[in-house]
Amino acid sequence: MRTRTRSSRVVVLAAVAALGAGVLAGCAQDSEGPSGSATSGGGDGGKGKTTLTVGVFGAFGLKEAGLYDQYMKLHPDVVIKQTSIERNENYYPQLLTHLGSGSGLADIQAVEVNNIAEVTATQADKLVDLGKTDGVRQDSFLPWKWAQATNEAGRTIGLGTDIGPEGICYRKDLFAAAGLPSDRASVGALWAGDWRKYLDAGKKFKAKAPKGTAFVDSASGVMAAITGSEANRFYDKDGKVIYKTNPAVRNAWDIAAEFAGAGLTAKLQQFTPAWDQGYANAGFATVSCPAWMLGYIQDKSGAAGKGKWDVAAAPKPSNWGGSFLVVPEAGKHKKEAAELVAWLTAPEQQATFFAKRGSFPSSQAAYALPAVSGAKHEYFGNAPIGEIFSAAAQGVPVQIVGPKDLIIAQNLADVGMLQVDQKGTSSKDGWNAAVKAIDNALDQ
Amino acid sequence: MASSDATAVPEAGVGDTTGVGDTAPAGPRERQEKRQRGRERPAPRGEERDDRRRERRSRWYRRDVRWSPYAFIAPFFVFFLAFGLFPLLYTGWASLHRVELTAPTDMEWVGLRNFSRLISDDFFWNALRNTVTIGILSTVPQLLIALGIAHLLNYRLRGSMFFRVAVLTPYATSVAAATLVFVLLFGRDYGMINWVLGLAGIDPVDWQNGAWTSQLAVSTIVIWRWTGYNALIYLAAMQAIPDDLYESAALDGASRWQQFLHVTVPSLRPTILFTCVVSTIGATQLFGEPLLFNGGAGATGGADHQFQTLGLYLYEQGWVNLHLGRASAIAWTMFLILLIIGAVNWIIARRLRKSA
Repeated sequence: MRTRTRSSRVVVLAAVAALGAGVLAGCAQDSEGPSGSATSGGGDGGKGKTTLTVGVFGAFGLKEAGLYDQYMKLHPDVVIKQTSIERNENYYPQLLTHLGSGSGLADIQAVEVNNIAEVTATQADKLVDLGKTDGVRQDSFLPWKWAQATNEAGRTIGLGTDIGPEGICYRKDLFAAAGLPSDRASVGALWAGDWRKYLDAGKKFKAKAPKGTAFVDSASGVMAAITGSEANRFYDKDGKVIYKTNPAVRNAWDIAAEFAGAGLTAKLQQFTPAWDQGYANAGFATVSCPAWMLGYIQDKSGAAGKGKWDVAAAPKPSNWGGSFLVVPEAGKHKKEAAELVAWLTAPEQQATFFAKRGSFPSSQAAYALPAVSGAKHEYFGNAPIGEIFSAAAQGVPVQIVGPKDLIIAQNLADVGMLQVDQKGTSSKDGWNAAVKAIDNALDQ
Repeated sequence: MASSDATAVPEAGVGDTTGVGDTAPAGPRERQEKRQRGRERPAPRGEERDDRRRERRSRWYRRDVRWSPYAFIAPFFVFFLAFGLFPLLYTGWASLHRVELTAPTDMEWVGLRNFSRLISDDFFWNALRNTVTIGILSTVPQLLIALGIAHLLNYRLRGSMFFRVAVLTPYATSVAAATLVFVLLFGRDYGMINWVLGLAGIDPVDWQNGAWTSQLAVSTIVIWRWTGYNALIYLAAMQAIPDDLYESAALDGASRWQQFLHVTVPSLRPTILFTCVVSTIGATQLFGEPLLFNGGAGATGGADHQFQTLGLYLYEQGWVNLHLGRASAIAWTMFLILLIIGAVNWIIARRLRKSA
């Protein structure tokens, strides 16, 4: 009797321990994510060393590219620490809160291009003018990248890290199976110069598509790529919201809606688990891919996709994404932080950043460096990505950015176009739904 | 936060134990000082000194008895003031202004406009409707299942401890981890639920895009997570029901089901009311599950806002659209809705007590 109760107690204990471990694992995963405990200034990390903190979103890549280690080797008196918040939509409101209160800030903060206009317009007095830092050369940056972080008073509050010139990533195996050319020059020639030719290629693909595959991942991705190739997008140069009447936006909307209407999309939403599964299961043949997305595609397609992917030029040069680094005035080590930003955004370091992480330089002086011009991507069939993305970057028109770009883009994609794509809503109803949501979101 | 809390309590504690002991009302340090002072000066006449000391002692004792309890409860109230009441009032103040997150200190008085605009705000009404339907879809089955599970766990079972812990496990799992798994289960193309439906010859369901299907999916996560918690509360209440009630019911020839219906449920009435109140509050504030069910694609609650709850809409206005004033007004409206629900509950409870 006694042994039995003891053994059953052991079983119970073991079960409790197993469950407890599971629970702990769940919690651990939770706390690993957004660790937004950016400490102000950081203080001195002992022995008279200066500790610089860098606050970023996502897997920003500066650390992963080994740039911090390199800098610490060059400057033994500096220690660099990074805090990261997974998603920009959580990172950005927190950054604004911290800037507003002047506390909780890292010495250096990253800002995404969709937010840079708002930061430049509303937070400039809380940020250091980096244009005056030693070693910063305006002419080494793309002029439009420099202009995006410069306010009316001429203060340049952010220096560009990367930009997002786009290509079209496509699967050679699916193209071949559907009877389309599969080498990157002929594929690029299929749609060169016109997004509608991209649509036509899709229709050809669909006629002989392998079962269970679509031409493109999502209609929203197409729309983002097309709007990214236009000089005027959501705002005009006087800062007025014009997306409703801008023919360029309407054209992008219509083409994307045609992709959905013709059944050319896999009806996925980008950056969701279902999208990731689409990569793993070869659910679609093409995706508009900025340079920074190549690593993502490689991760999600995995070993099974090796040698199947390639990159061709997009119909028109287009840009999606990119980031800046800013230095808050509230920081304790503003001078050292500004020097670090200047170093990180210098052409040589941007070239390293590209070679290691695929984040394309915003420094035009870097394009001539062999690390950029000669770069090839092994996973994408040794595609000459340096050449392809340099050409795109230099062809991108100077785009007018506005403070609420992110909200407009998000609602057009995640409310309007998503309905059209996934629920079969008519193009007109989808557009009206998006406009209604944007009107509500912009109304203070 | 924890450290200051911890230091505050023991200090008060020392004062109290000596006070209750009655013999030494003053703290040890003070006694020592007194002794030193006594050594320095020539002692005054004996009785006078004793009198004075006694007086001082009783004064300290009275103060101690009077104020110590407040010191004990102070930490909670200090933190409540700082992190509960102040934000509540400040949110109310902000809701009367136009405030943007880009400049939180620039407040422009707009009166009740942030509230009155909610009346014509389709997104608000949509969110309110969704909150109510998801609330019903999740709370009702949740409490019924919990009652059933508690009833089963109340039997003499082998390894009852194991089952009780197992039932509580989902509650201890993080929302993020759980929801991520459910997003995969409810996937349209590669989800396990659609796969099972496919085996039964049913076409795949686009869970996320249908209004009812998405709300059902979100409710499933809530039910999965909270049923065990409620079951344990019911179980605790069931174990407090005296056995003789069941005995006499059995003698009267009542079946197990009749016993459950006529003995268990009436005895649990206050507990059921409590879980109803708590679940309703939880349902009104539902946020994490619908946010994450969107697969990390923002606070829209689906392409057509089909599963955007009030909590999610509040978050979208405040932290995506950066309109703090509008978000504050939604927060206060939610608070008022909860007060109304609370009042209704109170009335029902009173009725029940009278009828019982």
